[in-house]
Amino acid sequence: MAKLSLTEVETIAELAKLTLTDAEKKMFQEQLSAILDYAEMLQQVDTTGIPPTASAIPLKNVMRPDEVRLSLPTEEALANAPDADEASFRVRAVLD
Amino acid sequence: MKPVLECGLCWINAHRLVPLEDTLELYSLTIHAAQDKLRQGEITSVELTESVLERIAVVEKKVQAYISVQQDLALQMARFADERRAAGEDNPLLGIPLAVKDAIITQGVPTTAGSAMLKNYVPPFDATAVIKLRQAGAVFVGKTNTDEFTMGSSTEYSAFHPTNNPWNLSRVPGGSSGGSAAAVAAAETLGALGTDTGGSIRQPASFCGVVGLKPTYGRVSRYGLIAHGSSLDQIGPLAKDVEDAAMLLTGLAGYDFRDSTSINAPTPDYVAEMKQGDNLKGLRIGVPKEYFVGGLEAGVETIIRAAIEQLAGLGAEIIDVSLPNTAYGIPVYYIISTAEASANLSRYDGVRYGLRRDGGDMWETFRQTRQVGFGPEVKRRIMLGTYALSAGYYDAYYLKAQQVRTLLRRDFEQAFETVDVMVSPVAPGVAFEIGSKVDNPLQMYLSDVYTVTLNLVGLCGISVPCGFWDGMPVGLQIIGPALGESAILRTAYQYEQATAWHRQKPGEL
Repeated sequence: MAKLSLTEVETIAELAKLTLTDAEKKMFQEQLSAILDYAEMLQQVDTTGIPPTASAIPLKNVMRPDEVRLSLPTEEALANAPDADEASFRVRAVLD
Repeated sequence: MKPVLECGLCWINAHRLVPLEDTLELYSLTIHAAQDKLRQGEITSVELTESVLERIAVVEKKVQAYISVQQDLALQMARFADERRAAGEDNPLLGIPLAVKDAIITQGVPTTAGSAMLKNYVPPFDATAVIKLRQAGAVFVGKTNTDEFTMGSSTEYSAFHPTNNPWNLSRVPGGSSGGSAAAVAAAETLGALGTDTGGSIRQPASFCGVVGLKPTYGRVSRYGLIAHGSSLDQIGPLAKDVEDAAMLLTGLAGYDFRDSTSINAPTPDYVAEMKQGDNLKGLRIGVPKEYFVGGLEAGVETIIRAAIEQLAGLGAEIIDVSLPNTAYGIPVYYIISTAEASANLSRYDGVRYGLRRDGGDMWETFRQTRQVGFGPEVKRRIMLGTYALSAGYYDAYYLKAQQVRTLLRRDFEQAFETVDVMVSPVAPGVAFEIGSKVDNPLQMYLSDVYTVTLNLVGLCGISVPCGFWDGMPVGLQIIGPALGESAILRTAYQYEQATAWHRQKPGEL
């Protein structure tokens, strides 16, 4: 089950928005297959009726009072932007 | 530097016979010793900070513990700390030079997470842990090296440079807080902040012969920690001894409304609680039998077993316990942590901050940015996490791992019904040669076998020096239940008082 094909590696890369070189694809095919083979041992565990644990501590929704507070000034929010214009992050058009 | 493997009793005697040197250079002081001198007016924070900066100037070329050193800022903070003290203020961390792992956000100071993606990122805010240290009057000397986005067990995956182990410069310092651990071991700082997602404080502490504490999940705010695996990450201290670790934890712990997973419980004075009693009588220490099986190097096992004997000699009751699902810790960890990492790292798209590599259209810009900005280990984990979360494989990998995580939690709950703390190795071996595991990720992952489970179940753990093997330090891991920091610190402190391993320092650098 775990042996990944090159096509699967390409599909995962597309989902993850990564462009991989041919050498990287081959390397990840081997390495990820080995790691997933190792993870196959989990299939031995009987987890019938066992609830999943998403967090180590019991989580509940946390609300804060609805008070108006100062937020980051626009110029500081934009200070690290690779490209900014006035009060916006500038990117290429997404739609034609 | 000499390989040391001697019986505990000899060390008890040695420790009692040899008084502490009082002619030490200022940079080699512990935090509590430095604080005593600051309070007595024997030294100023500026003098202490200058000493640390001079030490960095001398040894940093060899150790490479830092990504950046902020000399002017450090001296400015030191002057301010001296002014606060002159005005009558007192605080355990006032005027103490500290280093901060470069995965923790510092306002106005570059924070890179060891990645080319954030090479020029200067945050407009502080992490809560950083705010707390600022308020306490600590002095920040620099940002320490880390595996990229804290993903690694050796600090070789930093996009900047590897860090070298001060005990042997050809070996790794451990990861991903290897920069912080090496900086403390080489006396390039008095203490440091690290982060621990699967052992990244405890394992480098073990490899570098310093004390490293991973607090209970939620004990220290994660606000401003650059996210790796959000249900696992935790900020904690690396220090020269247990008392320093307790002082730092007292300064860091506490509820924070900015972190929705922060635990709302009072913060004890860990130093006072640690020092209660003068032995370990009445303490029940569990030894998980599954932690002493194949893969553990014989030399390390001998040292750990000797440490357990010593704990018994201090009055603790040693009890064999079982954590039957231990073998599943590594696959569960690497599925859950990579799944969370793949989600957390989706924010690096070159739009709001960080690197941008223009690719023609928007989608290609995302892909090119991520291709150039991420290193091999980060890509590997994003790929693995994306696969584990993808339709068709979610149930077989991610859901299954979350279910087995429940079984791991139950193992610990059951064990803590009969013991107060547990002890184990930190890593199966000592620090390895740089480059020896970098092409074999699975082998690298397996070195985390003793540490990852604590993160999966949210418990606290500390690594304290307990011997040397092959000329390299070995750490003893003491594991506590949720919010059991006082118990593990007390155990570590009593052990440290009875031994002298933490007094061993690397040779000339």
